[in-house]
Amino acid sequence: MSSLLPWSVLLLPLISAAGIVLITRRWPAISAFVSVGSAVIGFACSCAIFVSPPAATAEFTWIDLRPLLYVPLGLILDDLSKMMLLLVTGVGALIHIYSLGYMRDDAGKSRYFASLSLFMFSMLGIVLANNFVMMFIFWELVGLSSYLLIGHWFERDSAAEAAKKAFLTNRIGDFGFMLGILMIWASTGSVLFQEVASQMGRITAHPGYLSVAALLIFCGAVGKSAQFPLHVWLPDAMEGPTPISALIHAATMVAAGVYMLVRVAFLVQASPQALTVIAWIGTITAVMAGLIATQQNDIKRILAYSTLSQLGYMVMAVGLASGEAAMFHLFTHAFFKALLFLGAGAIIVMLHHEQNIWKMGGLARKLRVTFFTFLIGTLALIGCPPFSGFFSKDAILALAFEKNTAIFALALFTAFLTAFYMLRLVLVVFFGKPRSENAEHGKEAPFVMTGPLLVLAVPAFLAGFGFFARTFLHVPHAEGAGHLVPILATGAMLVGVALAVLLYRKRESDPIDFAIFRRRFYLDEFYAWLIGITQELLAKIAAFFDRWIIDAGGVGGASGATWGVGSLLRFLQVGNLQAYAFLFGLGIVGLIYFTVFG
Amino acid sequence: MANLGDYLLVSGLLFTIGFAGVMLRRNIIIIFMSLELMLNAANLSLVAFSRYRVGTDGFPNYNAQVFVFFIITVAAAEVAVGLAIIVALYRARQTTHVEDISSLKF
Repeated sequence: MSSLLPWSVLLLPLISAAGIVLITRRWPAISAFVSVGSAVIGFACSCAIFVSPPAATAEFTWIDLRPLLYVPLGLILDDLSKMMLLLVTGVGALIHIYSLGYMRDDAGKSRYFASLSLFMFSMLGIVLANNFVMMFIFWELVGLSSYLLIGHWFERDSAAEAAKKAFLTNRIGDFGFMLGILMIWASTGSVLFQEVASQMGRITAHPGYLSVAALLIFCGAVGKSAQFPLHVWLPDAMEGPTPISALIHAATMVAAGVYMLVRVAFLVQASPQALTVIAWIGTITAVMAGLIATQQNDIKRILAYSTLSQLGYMVMAVGLASGEAAMFHLFTHAFFKALLFLGAGAIIVMLHHEQNIWKMGGLARKLRVTFFTFLIGTLALIGCPPFSGFFSKDAILALAFEKNTAIFALALFTAFLTAFYMLRLVLVVFFGKPRSENAEHGKEAPFVMTGPLLVLAVPAFLAGFGFFARTFLHVPHAEGAGHLVPILATGAMLVGVALAVLLYRKRESDPIDFAIFRRRFYLDEFYAWLIGITQELLAKIAAFFDRWIIDAGGVGGASGATWGVGSLLRFLQVGNLQAYAFLFGLGIVGLIYFTVFG
Repeated sequence: MANLGDYLLVSGLLFTIGFAGVMLRRNIIIIFMSLELMLNAANLSLVAFSRYRVGTDGFPNYNAQVFVFFIITVAAAEVAVGLAIIVALYRARQTTHVEDISSLKF
């Protein structure tokens, strides 16, 4: 029966989502119970899978057009997917529980939990899929369910717009992903990861083709993992409920891109050109998001940009041909980023949905548990030894140090930026005087919300240590870097912390003002402009085609021809019987002529 | 003794008179009669052909003559229908002149 256990992990959330939509929709309390139950059971099953020896899973044939195409519905269970399974269900279950508190009085509670379960189902599908087609389907499902979740408060225009933006931006990346899959299928004739890996010789013979295919696959990750230039959806996606931000933007959806890249590492690593592009895209994202984060005022947006920045690190690691370092950072990041988001959610709820950090302040004494756990998350994120982020970031930095000095310098700069903006956030939110009515009367969140914070704080602290991390994944060894890299990283972190303390201690408003960072490098405006002119151009072409080709040529031509022929022929309609008889006679003569002499 | 050419000449004359009547006269009844004349011109030539096409057994080919009987029968039916239409037309329009019947002109 153990072969069916992975399937039950995958299908439980789907059953829960279907059950909520079809049956328990009117009873939000039961819906919440069903959804949370499915997540917790899923986590328990994942633990069982994790400790049990590898066993073959049941596989079903879906499309069988061999030798042309064979698509089974099969699951892959290796160390990588087992670790992700545990991470997704574990963090997912905690977020389900936390949602009980956060969404307690929400009118759309049933809908929320149904979407949440659907999201879990899609995400687990990505993790477990053993072929490209299945992964792509779940990939799209994640896009759909994230759309539902981000747009949960669809009455607000901004939320509806953000959901649309996330979906469309993801679709752009997904289109590239699909083309990449088609290219791989065209050259190897298979969509199964294992078979493609064993047929790599057929693609590596054509380096150009391989690079294009790898980069198209990477496009999918650019969309899902919100890399430059498709990163614009992620900060806007903060319009969703905060647990969703924690789930989508910490442990699951954005991690899917990195996970997918590691899953197809055999493909990506075969092309040096693709690797270079990937590494630089990651670096650009990391630095850019770090710079933007220094000037944001919305607590969730700051965290969103820090997510972007950390994802940049992971993609950078993939680009430097070390899936292990990327997964290590993904692993630690999932814990501390979920912790930070949930902490931010606790603050937001207790301050009656106030998200501007300049209207907070002095919360350290009032929200003690939240402050304590948030601080752990922050220290892990900025890479303060011995918190988890230090180890995983160090692994990536050491890797960059070995392979590419320019990328290493930028990564180090990003580490400095991370420390700077996170300390800015902590100082402004938790210290100083309360700067608004709500901040003065803030009180601690209920246990259902602080509980998950406390649970998450443990791995956020521990996950970096070898004894803990090695249980779950291969921890990369940095060779040759010695003590230089950790010292440099810690130094950059300390400079960032010192600068933030210097600038932001006991401030009432932001002492520095970089419009270009605050306005996110004007990328949103640029896209709006670009889409504006493209759309205008397309609309003009379409209008021209419609007016002159279809209207004038097609419709107008047909009706004009009918009119013209009609107005010519009606001159024959003289109304004289003899004229008709005469014409009739002429016709007969003509007929006889052609019959006899023709 | 008249030969085949004479019969055909008469038949052609009759047909021409009928055709001229159809083309030139304005009264529908006259036109109708002219039509019958043309029909019978054709009948005459058919009978003549039959009479002058003698087979090896010494008998003429009677097929054409049988054909003429058919034509006469059909013509009788046609006349009945045609006259009925003309009567109906006269009742509706109080006229039998083709120039007055031009409602279907554009």
